[in-house]
Amino acid sequence: MTSLAAQMPGLGDHRGLRGTYRLFAAGNNADISAHVQAFGPLPASGIEGDFIDVLESAGLTGRGGAAFASWRKIAAAGAAARSRAIMATKPVVIANGAEGEPLSFKDKTLLAHAPHVVIDGLLCAARAVAGGQMFMYVSAPSIPAVKRALAERTDARNIKIVAASETFISGEASAVVNSIANGKALPLERRRRLSDSGFKGRPTLVFNVETLAHMALIARFGAAWFRCVGTERDPGTRLLSISGPISGQILEVAGDVSLEDVLTQSGIDVSTVGALLVGGYHGRWVRRLDYRLAPTGTESHTVRPGAGVVHVLLHSQCGLEATAQIVSYLATQSAKQCGPCMFGLPAMARVMNAIAYGDRDPRLLLELVRLSDVVTGRGACHHPDGTAELVRSALDQFSEDVDAHLSGTCLKTKGRRS
Amino acid sequence: MDNTLWALGRVSGIVSLILFTGTVVLGILTRSGRPLLSIPRYSLTLIHRNFALLATIFLALHVGTLVLDSFAKLTVADVVVPFLGSYRPFWQGLGTVAFDLVVAVVVTSLLRRRIGVRAFRAVHWFTYAMWPIALAHALGNGTDGTSKFFLMLAICSLISVGAALVWRFSTNFLETAKTRQEELQ
Amino acid sequence: MREVLHIDWTRCDGRGLCTELLPTLLGRDDWGYPLAMQAAGGDPSNVVIDFQHSEAAADAVKLCPKMALALAYEADQADETW
Repeated sequence: MTSLAAQMPGLGDHRGLRGTYRLFAAGNNADISAHVQAFGPLPASGIEGDFIDVLESAGLTGRGGAAFASWRKIAAAGAAARSRAIMATKPVVIANGAEGEPLSFKDKTLLAHAPHVVIDGLLCAARAVAGGQMFMYVSAPSIPAVKRALAERTDARNIKIVAASETFISGEASAVVNSIANGKALPLERRRRLSDSGFKGRPTLVFNVETLAHMALIARFGAAWFRCVGTERDPGTRLLSISGPISGQILEVAGDVSLEDVLTQSGIDVSTVGALLVGGYHGRWVRRLDYRLAPTGTESHTVRPGAGVVHVLLHSQCGLEATAQIVSYLATQSAKQCGPCMFGLPAMARVMNAIAYGDRDPRLLLELVRLSDVVTGRGACHHPDGTAELVRSALDQFSEDVDAHLSGTCLKTKGRRS
Repeated sequence: MDNTLWALGRVSGIVSLILFTGTVVLGILTRSGRPLLSIPRYSLTLIHRNFALLATIFLALHVGTLVLDSFAKLTVADVVVPFLGSYRPFWQGLGTVAFDLVVAVVVTSLLRRRIGVRAFRAVHWFTYAMWPIALAHALGNGTDGTSKFFLMLAICSLISVGAALVWRFSTNFLETAKTRQEELQ
Repeated sequence: MREVLHIDWTRCDGRGLCTELLPTLLGRDDWGYPLAMQAAGGDPSNVVIDFQHSEAAADAVKLCPKMALALAYEADQADETW
């Protein structure tokens, strides 16, 4: 991971916090003194109840994939805690650093280089709901850095580190709660929101570590500062994990950035790009580069950043083969709790692979569309939905490739096909 | 009067056993997850449940009449605690064991939604112990236990339960995720 | 507030009783799991139950061997992932 950080522009020069360079402003492997020097101390007051209002005007949304308004989550957990008639229950706050998405590494990088920003954010969220227990649910490689950071401070003694498992769905909010409570990183059937009843039945907040990091800076510099970058519908910055032909790198970009800008900032030659997978394995393929990256907006002009993943597919690579490999992987990552996902995803993977690797049966396309519809919305978590979304976007964006494959050729890898 | 109670006790015992045999057979068919001929699965479940309740009523009648009956000399303790009886304590004790098991199975069935599927299933497995014990009790303790008619009945019961079990295990038709997985292998 | 039949997919084993009780609302998918037959756009985990099917839906809840079904009102459903 250090090689990723080495590619980040301007590490070391952290005067002020102008532009989109925010979360890593304390530099590489920032310890507590570098952290305080760069950001100043965490304000001791003003982060209680009215912090929710500050978050609302800042317009921060979750950076783990669902992009839900952070203030609403906190407000709901606070209200749930207050509404308990017998024995007031203190909400539980969890920093979610499980990054099962294979194309994402921004959370690991953040925890490695700026753990104090995340810890600050966790403390802010906990204070805002008068929270009790706090957890940092992070994957094994992140544990040493987080442990070191916690040892450096006196205000974080109540934070417990829990090792996240490395499965794709380990970061799903209810799987996080299940893992911490029962040691099983499997999504739960939920009739109630976690903010009402989560960890041991208590109101529970699960925030992605990057979301918490933004919270820490909003607590210091305010909503107006947060909004001075990005746009009305997508204020602030977000981290992106860029992968593909180049070795992976992390970018911190303004909200509502265009995909072309992202590629330019990553130093990728736009003319070589055949398609982009945006949002991760549960994301969407796009071929036009004038799309903007924002959690809301029309499908024809915006693409949701999801977990902040932008994966580059070169002109020479076949999008159907790439999708087939991803769907095969996603099928293995079903928790096998829900029937439609347990059987539907492997079925989708079989058909997707048949189309990608030489089967010419013209009915395959309709079958894949049908299976995608069959699995959608029929699970405890969104694993089948996300997989179906990916397949639909592949069939849409690579429709010419599908036609070519079904007639026995491939537009990309002509030489290799039988 | 005494004769009436005694006769009622014996007849209700036999009827109860027949009904329990039917319940077990229907339970096995239900568990197989297949509709039977034209009877849909949910009807099978309902018939199974109603048979069970009817069988339980006759069992209550069987036990109740014999407690009241002076000839049987059955005490209230004998109903709950096995092997204390004065007449053939072992065979009568088997009846008590079966009765206790029936109570456990019926109570957990009525509370199924409260206690969850797991506890319900665990207790329900005891029917496979309950039924043969009840049959043994009838053969060993019953006044008519060794009569030709009753032996025929017992053999028929054994055959029908056995046949249901064979049918249940005959194919991998069970509609569960596990068998579906195996089919894919 | 419409009544919905909620399917808990983590419990459902595709045993088929609910599809027999509500044949006009629920079909079975390729593997036997209940599949809402209503028009697209509906929530396949929360099948809308109209008045005439209310009783059959209640039976399905009671008879489901896996206790994977529950009746609820649409507004009660936790629709968000948090």
